Amino acid sequence: MAVDPIIQPIVRAVSLNKKVRTGDTQLIILQDINLVINAGETVAILGASGSGKSTLLGLLAGLDTPSSGTVYLDGVNIFSLNEDERAAIRGRILGFIFQSFQLLPALTAIENVMLPLELLGSSNARTTALDLLGRVGLGMRLKHYPKQLSGGEQQRVAIARAFVTQPKLFLADEPTGNLDSVTGAHIINLMFELNRERGATLLLVTHDEAISSRCTQRVRLAGGEIIN
Amino acid sequence: MNLPRISFRMLVCDWRAGELNLLLFALVIAVGGIATVGFFVDRVQLTLSRQGNQLLGADLIIVSDHQISQHYTDEALRLGLVVSNALKFPSMVAKGENSLLTEIKAVATDYPLRGELRISDNISNVSSPRADYIPNAIPSSGSVWVDDKLANRLTLKQGDTIEVGATKLTVTALITQEPDHSIGFISLAPRLLINAVDLPATNLIKQGSRVTYRLLIAGDAGLVKSFKSWAQARLVLGERIEDIRDARPEIKTVLERAEKFLSLAAMASVVLATVAIALAVRQFILRHLDTCAVMRCLGTSQKKILKLYLYYFIMFGIAASSIGCVLGLISQEVLTYWLSTIAEVEIPPPSLLPAIHGLLFGMAILLGFALPPLLNLKSVPALRVLHRDIGSQNTGSLAGYATGLVTLLVLFLWQAGDAQLGISVMSTFILAVVVFGFFGFLMIKILSSLLGQTRGVWHYGLASILRRTAINVVQIIAIGLGIMALLTLTLIQNNFLQDWRAGLPSDTPNYFLVNIQTDQLRPLENFFEQNEILSPTVFPMVRGRLISINNKIVLSENYFDTRAKRLIEREFNLSWAEEIRSDNKIIAGHWWENGGIGEAVVSIEEGVAKTIGIHLGDVLTYEIAGQILSVTVTSLRKVNWDSFRVNFFVVTPPSILKQYPATYITSLYLQKEQLTVINKLVKNFPNFLVIDVEAIIAQVQKIMEQVTKAIEFVFLFTLLSGLAVLYAAIVTTHDERVYEAAIFRVLGANRRQLVRVWVIEFAILGGLAGLLAAIGASSLNYIVGKYALNMPYTFNPWVFLAGLLFGGIGVVVVGLIGTRGALTRPPLQTLRKIA
Repeated sequence: MAVDPIIQPIVRAVSLNKKVRTGDTQLIILQDINLVINAGETVAILGASGSGKSTLLGLLAGLDTPSSGTVYLDGVNIFSLNEDERAAIRGRILGFIFQSFQLLPALTAIENVMLPLELLGSSNARTTALDLLGRVGLGMRLKHYPKQLSGGEQQRVAIARAFVTQPKLFLADEPTGNLDSVTGAHIINLMFELNRERGATLLLVTHDEAISSRCTQRVRLAGGEIIN
Repeated sequence: MNLPRISFRMLVCDWRAGELNLLLFALVIAVGGIATVGFFVDRVQLTLSRQGNQLLGADLIIVSDHQISQHYTDEALRLGLVVSNALKFPSMVAKGENSLLTEIKAVATDYPLRGELRISDNISNVSSPRADYIPNAIPSSGSVWVDDKLANRLTLKQGDTIEVGATKLTVTALITQEPDHSIGFISLAPRLLINAVDLPATNLIKQGSRVTYRLLIAGDAGLVKSFKSWAQARLVLGERIEDIRDARPEIKTVLERAEKFLSLAAMASVVLATVAIALAVRQFILRHLDTCAVMRCLGTSQKKILKLYLYYFIMFGIAASSIGCVLGLISQEVLTYWLSTIAEVEIPPPSLLPAIHGLLFGMAILLGFALPPLLNLKSVPALRVLHRDIGSQNTGSLAGYATGLVTLLVLFLWQAGDAQLGISVMSTFILAVVVFGFFGFLMIKILSSLLGQTRGVWHYGLASILRRTAINVVQIIAIGLGIMALLTLTLIQNNFLQDWRAGLPSDTPNYFLVNIQTDQLRPLENFFEQNEILSPTVFPMVRGRLISINNKIVLSENYFDTRAKRLIEREFNLSWAEEIRSDNKIIAGHWWENGGIGEAVVSIEEGVAKTIGIHLGDVLTYEIAGQILSVTVTSLRKVNWDSFRVNFFVVTPPSILKQYPATYITSLYLQKEQLTVINKLVKNFPNFLVIDVEAIIAQVQKIMEQVTKAIEFVFLFTLLSGLAVLYAAIVTTHDERVYEAAIFRVLGANRRQLVRVWVIEFAILGGLAGLLAAIGASSLNYIVGKYALNMPYTFNPWVFLAGLLFGGIGVVVVGLIGTRGALTRPPLQTLRKIA
């Protein structure tokens, strides 16, 4: 894939490898991944189960560490940083949505959404969170705990939480994997809408060809390698 | 299906995956602690008793007023014990024209069986320090060893011949230390040690002679104990058994307190270990719910799941308890080395009993607390495979925990060795569980009202506590119990140490002067003045025999207790006083006012009152010098016998006893360079009985020092168990915390923010638990002090600060150590591991 010398890529993976040792054997999860994603793009990462999609997404977000190679996020080599510095970059430029929502059970919907802003030291976290929860249709369920919400509602809280800091990059790991098709479709629409409104870059892992067809770029993985 | 093999495979897999770490840690520390403390209590008690037995000259003595039947010796020898015969009698001993009533002791080979007899060749020169040594044998036939008093009064020197009954014997040495030297006030005559072989030649033992026969016995503590119970059942009139407790009340107090403290420390270890194991088992069960759900899906029956885990726990329990026992055995060796440096007695060989005790304890407590939740585990619904929330609510029913508690109670009473103490301590702990639970819940609810007013890290710290209210209440109870046990031990230990570190004051009397006549009081005062010694207070002493209580004749044969029998048979030393002494305390009734003029009343020492069965309001009748005196008991006193000061069992107002013939007694402290004064004193007042208690004081001090060290060591182990509890309590929420940390990291939280959230959460939990523990410890300290250790309760406000700080800081430190991995591990690894 060619690198445009003028447009500054938001994500750039260079010779990314991930290997795991299990007993005497070494398992190759990702092999020599080189990838460039420019600001404003919507990218789908496709592949069968075990092809390394989620691992790649985790590495691109700096949530995991590679065996070799590195990732540049907004021009910063994130694997030359320590865990704290990587967390700071995530807080500043990145929003993440998991398949299993990963909301904090101790916090209400509004508190979950406020959390990233409070960690950044924002003074109007509550107002921003309120707006966004209203935007995702949960204005009436602010004080509910994750356990009291349905799967679709939990994922909407997670979307609100991911967008609340106005991230430049928005990562989603099979966001509809735990939802029925109707709810899943609503969630995808919401995600694309919010992404368009905010002019962010969207990078999502999916099995679903229909979802991937809405993206400007598609990256297909097989056996830990990019095949097209 | 070979279930044990599958269980074993599961065990190996879990072990490799680190799933068993906490449970293993808790069980190893628990069993190791119990084995070590159990062993330690055994050995320390034994060693201390032996140290004490040096003052008795044996482990046990049968004392009789008639020739001791051969069957005692036979039985002792059969058991493999060593025996030695001795007899004592008073007789006149003469040198030339001077003669003196002397207590003669005839001893046989092997005397003494315990302790040291020391002699000096320098008999006459008392002003210079004497070089003394331990002789190889008892005096050879034809020779005798004399004590200071006899040497002084008969002006003896080495080689002098003295007449003992019909024979003449040569003085060869001076006794400087005699292990079984009585300090009772009756037999304080000068002493003479002869070889039993020479006894017939003296021709002094005849029908009606006042001879006391003594059979000294020593050997393995267990065998001595069985001999004692065998002999106890065969004692006839005139025979009694003495061990160190009967013979030395001042040592008895020290030893009994030490034993109670050590058993208390062992009980604390039991509680702490149990709490740690119960928490670890809970964690284990939670982590295995999924495995069970999958097994259920694959068609495994509930019964099979139960069996699988039963085998699993039995195998695990045996392995972990064995490791614990090995730890205990290693500590045993360390202790043996350590004890051998402080104790001058031979340390009894190690026994396997504490190890077996530890193993049984480990298995009982593991199964007691693991079985009830296991019953739950087997009934995990297969649907959990689809819905993870299902089946995770109950990790143990109330009935289940009751099984564990009953197991604990049984073990506890076993460990306590004292039903009353065990039950009262256990009840306090059970009450503490309820109170801690209630107040823990209440405080968390109060905190919840603050949640809306907090922001940032405070908000997230508090929110975590509120979210996990139920498990946090469990954590508060567990941590609270752990800290409560530690604080209680600290408080009691402090009381002990304060008492004992101060030890006996440096001016503790080392000499007693007895038999001072009324007309010698003035000259004695002058004597002290001339010798520039502060004249000590003298106390009157009237001898009287208790003949009836409430007009009912008292007879020694009506008492089973040997001490009671002896008290009834002998004459009491009665005294009078206007005011109560500072080292006496009224515990029932009241002291007389205005000197009690004309009041026929009496104050009795509580111990003697209990032994004989005297109560407040009883009328006691004494026979004093042929006259009858009846007095009413108006107060019971507690006397501090450790003080080595003159004290009396029976005290009346002056007007009651003053009319009877009295002698006086006093005690004084003399420094080493003043010792020649004693010599002068004996020459000026030859009728005085001078008792030297220096050796006994030294022995008591030595025992106190050892007990102090023993207590400090045992405490260390308890502390380790306490830390295990803290760790186990924190680990119960470890997975959730690490998971939350990973989410925080994903959302951009840095290390400082995470640590601050945890610190707030841990500090609140630990602080709450510490405060509640301080309340519990103060109550338990009061109960134990009052009912078990006979120590006055002093409220210690510092315990609350200590509880708060120990709880707060301890939980923060242990908590942060436990969760530190989550700070450095990439978040995705954590999320994958937990998912």
